[in-house]
Amino acid sequence: MSEPLLKVTNLEKHFPVRGGLFHRVQAHVRAVDGVSFELLRERTLGLVGESGCGKSTLGRTVLRLTEPTGGDVQLNGKSLIGLSRDALKARRRDMQIIYQDPYASLSPRRLVGDTIREPLDVHRIGTPAERRKKVEDLLDIVGLRKQVLSRYPHEFSGGQRQRIGIARALALNPSFIVADEPVSALDVSVQSQVLNVIARLQREHGISFLFISHDLAVIQHVSDDVGVMYLGKLFEFASSTDLYREPKHPYTRALMSAIPVPDVRRKSKRIILGGDVPSPMNPPGGCPFHPRCPEAMPQCRDVVPVKVNTGTSAKPHYVRCHLYSDS
Amino acid sequence: MSARGTPPLLSVRNLVVEFTTRYGPVRAVDDVTFDVYPNETIGIVGESGCGKTVTGLSLLRLIPSPPGRIVQGEILLQGQNLATLPEQKMQALRGDEISMIFQEPMTALNPVLTVGTQMVDVLRRHRKLTRRQAKAEAIEMLAKVGIPVPDKRIDEYPHEMSGGMRQRVMIAMALSCNPKLLIADEPTTALDVTTQAQVLEQILKLQDEFHMAVILITHDLGVVAETCRRALVMYCGEIIEHADIESLFETPHHPYSRGLLDSIPRLRETKLPELPVIPGMVPDLLHLPPGCRFADRCGRVTDECRRQRPKLETITATEASVACFHPLN
Repeated sequence: MSEPLLKVTNLEKHFPVRGGLFHRVQAHVRAVDGVSFELLRERTLGLVGESGCGKSTLGRTVLRLTEPTGGDVQLNGKSLIGLSRDALKARRRDMQIIYQDPYASLSPRRLVGDTIREPLDVHRIGTPAERRKKVEDLLDIVGLRKQVLSRYPHEFSGGQRQRIGIARALALNPSFIVADEPVSALDVSVQSQVLNVIARLQREHGISFLFISHDLAVIQHVSDDVGVMYLGKLFEFASSTDLYREPKHPYTRALMSAIPVPDVRRKSKRIILGGDVPSPMNPPGGCPFHPRCPEAMPQCRDVVPVKVNTGTSAKPHYVRCHLYSDS
Repeated sequence: MSARGTPPLLSVRNLVVEFTTRYGPVRAVDDVTFDVYPNETIGIVGESGCGKTVTGLSLLRLIPSPPGRIVQGEILLQGQNLATLPEQKMQALRGDEISMIFQEPMTALNPVLTVGTQMVDVLRRHRKLTRRQAKAEAIEMLAKVGIPVPDKRIDEYPHEMSGGMRQRVMIAMALSCNPKLLIADEPTTALDVTTQAQVLEQILKLQDEFHMAVILITHDLGVVAETCRRALVMYCGEIIEHADIESLFETPHHPYSRGLLDSIPRLRETKLPELPVIPGMVPDLLHLPPGCRFADRCGRVTDECRRQRPKLETITATEASVACFHPLN
């Protein structure tokens, strides 16, 4: 097996919560709490979870857009932690991000052509003519016409703006892109168009994605591996095929059964979870999912479950749940 | 379209809603006709800008005017035309006979008043209760929508609650006067899937208990399949298909309905290499084509489609109606 493109080890991001008379740190929000995973070249890792589970923070922390409070991130075998500003900037050529909101992530006062070219300008790549050519190639890849270059973002629909955002992320030929809910703001008919663009980039340009979404169906469509996150921790991690065929963690199962299915014949029983996701400032003890878990046992209240591999060493299927033990 | 025996609770006839813009009038709702029967759940589905929300708002005459205006049509609630009702009577009717809940419960609730104060206001205004009676009633309603410890939570402010809780409060408030019709505009879109499942189940349970009709407006065909008996599909302000959900989901007649169903990413046994897509995008409402509005994106398009606008017509075999010259199935 080749060396992973991205290796995340025990990554932590704890945000201090200040308050009181002297503005002291009173608690920490453990947005990302000891997450480890590997992403192989030319593969896509889907990260799924509900709002507040820490999936976006994880994506940003991996790129050091948010400074981690612990753990390590290695891209191409070299750590990103502790790098100076300049050294980090050089590494950023290889890792980019696509944001959720195509209305907020493009500068409204800047021509689309300038927006897409900006990364090339910042990193001083090529002559002006080469940069222009590169921008035109990028438009071609994401399926936009040349005429868009001299127009402003407000002239475009959400789907087109998202394509512009993707073109900008591709400008530096990155090997790794974090896509943070890239289709959540789009209508279904446009959503599938953009998902196909992303799937093609992965296939034809060999780009690895960390694809973050709350939608398990979207995740299945683009991912090779899937991680399920809850309150800052990875609850389950497996290949997409295994995870969707046999979800292990009660939370993953509940999440899957909660998706409304556009099929009138399915009247399958649905697992309805009680309550809401608890506050990450004050998570429940033991397994943080135990107050909502339909299969909670006495030990779940007190003992934090460790990660176990229920698959094989070649095809691991990690679960953090007391129902399972190492196979 | 239905042989239900009972007269409809609400009949919308040829409703046209226009908005004045700098570039000219825009028809957000164009000649929409449908019935809602007592105690049923009917879905209105479509993508952004198709006119589903404006349809819902205009039933309660809540469209901002100007720039919006009901140009034509009737909204008959048990025979009474709401389109021409004086504003004062309309106000008495809102919340009492017809209630509405919205997508974003945070902006629909007043952030500086406790949940209890807001609920008591509604109850006292419509039901002439004393403050104490109203509060007792409000607590009971909160319990009905599944809020734990309602006698404590009634004194909380909206920001102290989670999104799911806030939407439950909105539902409790909307149902507190026992309306005959609830219009729910994307009630679960802002919620997580697990919370969405809770809230949808609650709405259906309460519908039974309160014997009310529900118009569920949503972009999510999955939600429609799991909650409604029949649905309207809207595109560019028009109803392009109206059918029972079995017919709509298994043998859709309009190519747009088919395309929408196909393009939804759904959990599958094995993943597809490419998702089916509807090519192109929704036309600008200011520059609509003269013929069928879906013509440019449609695989079955002919010259006739570009010349003439298809009308919503019943397909006799299935009881469904479709606005298409070349329907499927």
